[in-house]
Amino acid sequence: MTDIPRESRRRHPQGDARLEIYDGEFIRQLESIAKKVRRHSIRMIYQAGSGHPGGSLSGADIMVALYFHVMKHDPKRPDWQDRDRFVLSKGHAAPALYAVLAESGYFPVEELDTLRKMGSRLQGHPCLGKTPGVEMSTGSLGHGLAAGNGMALAAKLDRRLHRVYVLLGDGEMDVGETWEAAMLASHYKLDNVTAYVDRNKLQLDGPTEKIMSLEPLADKWKAFGWHVIEINGHNMKEIIHATNEAKGVKGRPTVVICHTIKGKGVSYMEGSLHFHGKAPSDEEYEQAMKELGD
Amino acid sequence: MPVTWKWESQRKQYGKALVELGKERGDIVVMDADLSSSTRTSDFLAAFPERFFNVGIAEQNMMDTAAGLAASGKTVFVSTFAVFGTGRCYDQIRQSIAYPKLNVKIVASHAGITVGGDGASHQIIEDIALMRVLPNMTVIVPVDSLETYNAVKAVSKTPGPVYVRIGRADVPTLTDKNTPFELNSATVMRDGADVTLIGCGIMVARCLEAAEELAKHGVDARVVNLHTIKPLDEKTIVKAARETGGVVTAEEHSVMMGMGSAVAMCLVENFHVPMKRVGIPDTFGESGGCEELMTKYGLTAENIVEAAHDVLRRKK
Ligand SMILES: Cc1ncc(C[n+]2csc(CCOP(=O)(O)OP(=O)(O)O)c2C)c(N)n1
Repeated sequence: MTDIPRESRRRHPQGDARLEIYDGEFIRQLESIAKKVRRHSIRMIYQAGSGHPGGSLSGADIMVALYFHVMKHDPKRPDWQDRDRFVLSKGHAAPALYAVLAESGYFPVEELDTLRKMGSRLQGHPCLGKTPGVEMSTGSLGHGLAAGNGMALAAKLDRRLHRVYVLLGDGEMDVGETWEAAMLASHYKLDNVTAYVDRNKLQLDGPTEKIMSLEPLADKWKAFGWHVIEINGHNMKEIIHATNEAKGVKGRPTVVICHTIKGKGVSYMEGSLHFHGKAPSDEEYEQAMKELGD
Repeated sequence: MPVTWKWESQRKQYGKALVELGKERGDIVVMDADLSSSTRTSDFLAAFPERFFNVGIAEQNMMDTAAGLAASGKTVFVSTFAVFGTGRCYDQIRQSIAYPKLNVKIVASHAGITVGGDGASHQIIEDIALMRVLPNMTVIVPVDSLETYNAVKAVSKTPGPVYVRIGRADVPTLTDKNTPFELNSATVMRDGADVTLIGCGIMVARCLEAAEELAKHGVDARVVNLHTIKPLDEKTIVKAARETGGVVTAEEHSVMMGMGSAVAMCLVENFHVPMKRVGIPDTFGESGGCEELMTKYGLTAENIVEAAHDVLRRKK
């Protein structure tokens, strides 16, 4: 379990979200947690003999920034009503989510090694009710944004101020329901929803633009009434700034298109289709651990 | 399991059959939803790129597009994982394929609990139920890779909607060139007079193992491969019930409304005998190894033997 001392986060005295200043040390700490999360993810998948390394590594930085800085949550009270919610719509990146939850303190880090094994609380895809901290069952793609909208509507009904964060794959932009949910969020002015698109430009069968072209993706979201921000999804500062900007947007939801690299952090997995859904071999595992060493 | 069995992937034979069909017929079109490398429709893509359409992760879109192609004279094979090729797009299949009786063949892989590590979200154990209740739909669960090949060839010549369920894991080859494959007609894999074990898919091998075990106790079990669940070969089922006086069914599917239920309904109306259904109880699956899951959810040869003994007791 990892904790960052609160003092290392410096906020701008006027409270202007976009001017919030993060010192180098704090960002380095986040980056070092992200590296740990990547190591856990690869080890878990290796030990399970199956799983999805590519999408776990591309989304890791976003999840770390959310759980270790952005989100208001308490691992000791996973059912605290005012917590911010995170929905991993691209549920196959479960290893990274589990690693982030364990490092946050929702369950022991040792439990990570039970991924996909019989009787484990860590199912191949996230399961609500089974794993502390998991907010929605996912794995069948395209459901997460709508489920997040439901949580955001409930927050509005109950006059609660917590926010909902949803991480989507870019392949998930193929799914009709993603756009149905996009329409709903802007129709109901869900400014408490922030969606992140893990824009690694690869899906299972090939490059997104070859399988089902998405571009101009930002324009599509704009046309659906969303506030759109584009960033480098591996840059902690950019992730945090975008999120702060989203908090300031009133009357409509925000989507952060995060340009990422599938398999980020392990040289031979970067940009690789092969490691979308395949565990590394013994040698590959050794090399990955070397590359992700401190 | 007997060491003599040869294990092979059903998906590989599916890919092979598709390519042959593509060569033989210009009306064959293939679609997939971002899983072509897993379902092996990628083999068809490599051979006939202009007749292959990958819709991305959009199964509902795929089914209605397939319906449009079929309504324009094409014979369309659509593939994805079984969980996404049935429940995900049920209304599209119902409204646009089954209702207008269109020539769409859904060949779905990774069915059942043997998907393993992915867990319950991916382990569909309701697909036979969902598909067999649709009017006009034919439902086939091939027993091995060769039968997958034969089934694909056979359904390509049969007009109308078809659902073919195949698995992820390699399966033992139980049929050979001489095994007849006729749609709607179950195959007797082993003759016997004391009890009948009716299996589909991977459970047929376990029925054969169970029959070996029962033979050691002097029980002569018949084994039937019920590869076509709809339309149901009532003749073979009723004949087996009449001649053996007891029936056990075995399926890698929920016991609610799967193959065993179809057999039970047939027997209750035609010929009463003691019966027991082996299958997954009314629950979702979970992550785990194939064999571990098969054991936990009651899908072993021993479970079939036990069920047979129960039926035999009730026969007396
Ligand atoms: C509805 C549905 N169809 C198909 C799949 C199988 N599948 C798992 S991951 C994946 C590709 C996902 O691509 P993307 O959303 O871009 O994720 P990433 O590249 O970030 O891993 C597919 C097709 C699924 N999980 N759900």
